[in-house]
Amino acid sequence: MSALELTVGPLMFLWSPERIADYYAQVAAAPEVSRVYLGEVVCGKRSPLTVESLLLAEEALTKAGKSVVWASQALPATPREARAVRELAEASALLEVNDVAALACLPKGAAFVAGPMLNLYNESAVRALAARGCQRICANVELSLDAVGAIAKACPDVEIELFAYGRLPLALSGRCYHARAHKAHKDGCLFVCETDPDGMAIRTVDGAPFLAVNGIQTLSHGVHLADADLDRLVAAGVKALRISPHTGDVAAVLAAFGAFVRGELDGAGLRGAVATTRPPGPLINGYLHGRAGMLAVEAL
Amino acid sequence: MGSIELVCPAGSPPMLRAAVEAGADSVYCGLRDETNARNFPGLNFSPAELKEAVALARDHGAKVLVAINTFARAGADEMWRRSVDTAVASGAHAVIVADIGVLSYARQAYPDLRLHLSVQAAANSVEAIGFYAEAFGVKRVVLPRVMTAPEIAALAKETPIELEAFVFGGLCVMAEGRCALSSYATGRSPNLSGVCSPPEAVSFETDENGLTPRLAGVAIDRFGADEAAGYPTLCKGRFEAMGETSYLFEDPVSLNAMTVLRDLRAAGVKAIKVEGRQRGKTYVRRVATAFRGAIDALDRGEDCEPFARMLTDLAEGGRETEGAYRRKWR
Repeated sequence: MSALELTVGPLMFLWSPERIADYYAQVAAAPEVSRVYLGEVVCGKRSPLTVESLLLAEEALTKAGKSVVWASQALPATPREARAVRELAEASALLEVNDVAALACLPKGAAFVAGPMLNLYNESAVRALAARGCQRICANVELSLDAVGAIAKACPDVEIELFAYGRLPLALSGRCYHARAHKAHKDGCLFVCETDPDGMAIRTVDGAPFLAVNGIQTLSHGVHLADADLDRLVAAGVKALRISPHTGDVAAVLAAFGAFVRGELDGAGLRGAVATTRPPGPLINGYLHGRAGMLAVEAL
Repeated sequence: MGSIELVCPAGSPPMLRAAVEAGADSVYCGLRDETNARNFPGLNFSPAELKEAVALARDHGAKVLVAINTFARAGADEMWRRSVDTAVASGAHAVIVADIGVLSYARQAYPDLRLHLSVQAAANSVEAIGFYAEAFGVKRVVLPRVMTAPEIAALAKETPIELEAFVFGGLCVMAEGRCALSSYATGRSPNLSGVCSPPEAVSFETDENGLTPRLAGVAIDRFGADEAAGYPTLCKGRFEAMGETSYLFEDPVSLNAMTVLRDLRAAGVKAIKVEGRQRGKTYVRRVATAFRGAIDALDRGEDCEPFARMLTDLAEGGRETEGAYRRKWR
């Protein structure tokens, strides 16, 4: 029995059907993963291209004994996107909510998970949503482990999931920066975001990699790793660790986290193991320590 | 008051006086701590100053709206509750709130308190607005600056809640309250501490390549000898993507939406808002005068075009945009 549950977060990028099938086949084969979040959370224009692959993934994951939770879009902006959020909210037994709009669409009293892109920063906000059916939060990535601990302590009935691996979802905009970089607009984007399966590299004028653009979303260049020791995470009230989908050696990332939640690796061991899986950027953890997110701080 | 309410910023008592004298219908301001999203040194109001401000505004027929619009810190939300208490005690007309936790407290502690939803909550849909109205009795929503004018018009048709739209000043290109770029580099952000690209993290470096402003050591831009250097707000800098260096996120421009004022008014937008609590009394006097003139001209059935040109030199970086109000911005 592991001290912590492992989950896989929703895919942020526009991947080909082959890449999606391959990724979720590896997730299905990972014994430690108990829950997988599926759904288009960044751009509604992509949904027609990925929905079939995601439904096939749901089938495979369910067969493998994983529970599947659908996730709602982070910044629905068009009537079509609003409709999609409403349909998803009405059809899901348990929805991951990534925008307040989805809260309004949930049937009264329906259980939900508050996703990391929802702005929950304190125990009062979590308590207010718990009264409306929130079972679990995946903490906003800006929160330190201490802040997460304060929320967990004040809200014992709400499960806490921690964004534990992946490029940090930092910002959302009405504007598509992939399209803008390709001298186009969002309405005529030609799905140029498909060329960057981990996001488009953004460098400073010094040439240093800094951010990654994914359509209307901006992510970190660094790959966040929640590498505090297991007992420290458990003491902070963390119930589950979330792995965010990326390219690289997926099976090795899942195996490293599996070993970590079984107590076979400590925080430093996890960092060492994940570093060899070809993550898309250097490993960082500043937010966990209440510092700048881009920093890599010695493990707690 | 004309057909549409003019809401102006006040970062200090003299600025508040200038705003109401120039014709602002409402003035928004914050307390001197991290509960408001312009938590800069030397700015904002003490509780006593807030009380005086409410009285002064009332003498001019204007209302004071208190921005308590950052997200309360986990384990320390007492400061945000105290700010709500202080705003209520001052007799302010309403509080402007973004955080679900603060909204929840304000509604429970003061059932009659008028609540406005801050732009930092970025509620851009009839569903999101409906949630805040139903859950907390929010009476007005300040719209995020990522919506087009036709989208705002469509929204106004669908919701009974009052809408307030930004028309002038600095422009967030990200959805407000949904951006952590600043804390990624510096550890401090609008949501966490009420500041973006904080001054203590800024440094400037000059070498043979030119002048490089940095934020926590990260190069945000680079200016040649013939270029005017601006403040290094992270999303307004130059970055390289696909081998090309450009203003990737946004050109250094300011919003001036006076040209869409007629559309916003026709759409039923209840109030228009000017950004810039950090910009001083001369700024607010000029902007308030121009928009007062424009609203009154529209109400008389005249054109507001002459008023649009009054403010061009005030734009940060000297250039203006209609922002997302025109669809091609996206």
